[in-house]
Amino acid sequence: MGMTMTQKILARAAGVESCRAGELLMCRLDLVLGNDITAPVAINEFVKMGATKVFDPAKIALIPDHFVPNKDIKSATMAKQMRDFARAQKIVHYYEVGRVGIEHALLPEQGIVAPGEVIIGADSHTCTYGAVGAFSTGVGSTDMAVGMATGECWFKVPEAVKVVLHGKMKPWVSGKDVILHLIGEIGVDGALYQSLEFTGEGVKEIDMDGRLTIANMAIEAGAKNGIFPVDDVCKAYLAQRVSRPWTAFEADEDAEYAKVVEINLDELDMTVSLPHLPENTKPARECTDLAIDQVVIGSCTNGRISDMRVAAKILKGKKVAPYVRCIVIPGTQQVVKTCLEEGLVDIFIDAGAIFTMPTCGPCLGGHCGVLADGERAVSTTNRNFVGRMGHTGSEVILASPAVSAASAIMGRVATPEEVM
Amino acid sequence: MKVKSTVIKYGDHVDTDVIIPARYLNTTDHKELASHCMEDIDSNFKAKSETSKIIVAGRNFGCGSSREHAPIAIKASGIQLVIADSFARIFYRNSIDIGLPIVECPAAAAAIAEGHEVEADLDSGVIADLSTGETFTAAPLPPFIQEIVNCGGIANYVRKKVQA
Repeated sequence: MGMTMTQKILARAAGVESCRAGELLMCRLDLVLGNDITAPVAINEFVKMGATKVFDPAKIALIPDHFVPNKDIKSATMAKQMRDFARAQKIVHYYEVGRVGIEHALLPEQGIVAPGEVIIGADSHTCTYGAVGAFSTGVGSTDMAVGMATGECWFKVPEAVKVVLHGKMKPWVSGKDVILHLIGEIGVDGALYQSLEFTGEGVKEIDMDGRLTIANMAIEAGAKNGIFPVDDVCKAYLAQRVSRPWTAFEADEDAEYAKVVEINLDELDMTVSLPHLPENTKPARECTDLAIDQVVIGSCTNGRISDMRVAAKILKGKKVAPYVRCIVIPGTQQVVKTCLEEGLVDIFIDAGAIFTMPTCGPCLGGHCGVLADGERAVSTTNRNFVGRMGHTGSEVILASPAVSAASAIMGRVATPEEVM
Repeated sequence: MKVKSTVIKYGDHVDTDVIIPARYLNTTDHKELASHCMEDIDSNFKAKSETSKIIVAGRNFGCGSSREHAPIAIKASGIQLVIADSFARIFYRNSIDIGLPIVECPAAAAAIAEGHEVEADLDSGVIADLSTGETFTAAPLPPFIQEIVNCGGIANYVRKKVQA
């Protein structure tokens, strides 16, 4: 019987010829990731296990991005614990504030993740790296601690859901709309314990930033990972970033899938997720009666340069609605620089938006845009659970950068056609 | 290993943001995390968990963020067992890793109501609703998982193995 992309990667990492869904494998890890919230818990467990040295200082990434620049004394203490550990263990991929970005924006951009690799991260959105054909999945801090100590992790080989993309997206429709639509179709547990394997001739129509957005939100369908084939678009992206050798895996023709979902990109409309679950999707144009207080454009889902460009294109020469805060958060320092070079920062500031430093910040109600009781935001982030961005009486509507930028101008849910 | 207690009941898709909101993630202290457990969906959780040691929930319990702080907060609140229709996979793994017993049992999750007295035998997988007399059977926790739970988590379990 054939194997999926995910199954082939796991088999190789376990040193076996083949594997099938349900099998338990011990795999060697190419990268173990943690951030300023999850790594301190992992470091405590690492010590508790009696470990003294990480398995390979070059295969661990410690990324301060959630509550940095430190938002309060307790957060500063946790960031310091991670920094001290990184220094003591000579961790290669530790990036200090000023050089750091949002983990899932930074790692692909810097070529730290590559096709065929097995990556665990103590952050649920670690599944982002499936966009470059890696197997990557979110784990907890204890699994991260074991990974740091041993360089291994056990996995149950997942069944797969095949997502076949056809056609080409209409103007303003993006990767975000693809993934929101998919989650709306299959539900927040529609791919529970399974891998989402994207395929079809429509894949080539989606650029790498779009694929990173799609893979990023695989977890929002309950998936273990989301993965794309390594095609010419991906290879061109990797050529500028990854110098070490990597291996691309293709699914076998006779690979088994638990379910097949077809998405016709031609018919796909700009989509939003209404409170309080990502599966509550609706076409954006049917939600234009929803007034808003805040817009967030950024995060590990949509903080890349293409996202900034789309937002700037819509905000250029326009003004953010009165009493609405539009917070633009570039994902990495490289994105900041490109925004500066391309004049996007001027566009944002002239429109009355704020352009901040890279941080996860408001996405999880941390800082830089926490909502008050009764406030509603349109956001390019990934979750709209109760209290996610602040008060339990606040609401988050998930959307693409295009819909978010248009909504900032209109002060309500809006589509770009309304303002262009 | 048996757990007997009244039940705290929740619905589907209880996410880790409501189990422990991110505004409290600036600490790793277990007691402090426990003091805010569930407060965004159940302001009475703290009082209930004084006497009730079993949570029963619907589908996809623990979805969302990978924060291990979520099962830590539940365990540090004194909860000894979570029964659900299904669990989100990162939460499932994290719970075992930190030594919080969790059991998937759709029939029990559907039938058991808030306040019912339940006795669960983790060795046999039998869950008895003493309030109604109904019994349900879940897959028992394998011995090595029970040993991880008994050690208080996989870190202690590994340490014990290494020293043995």
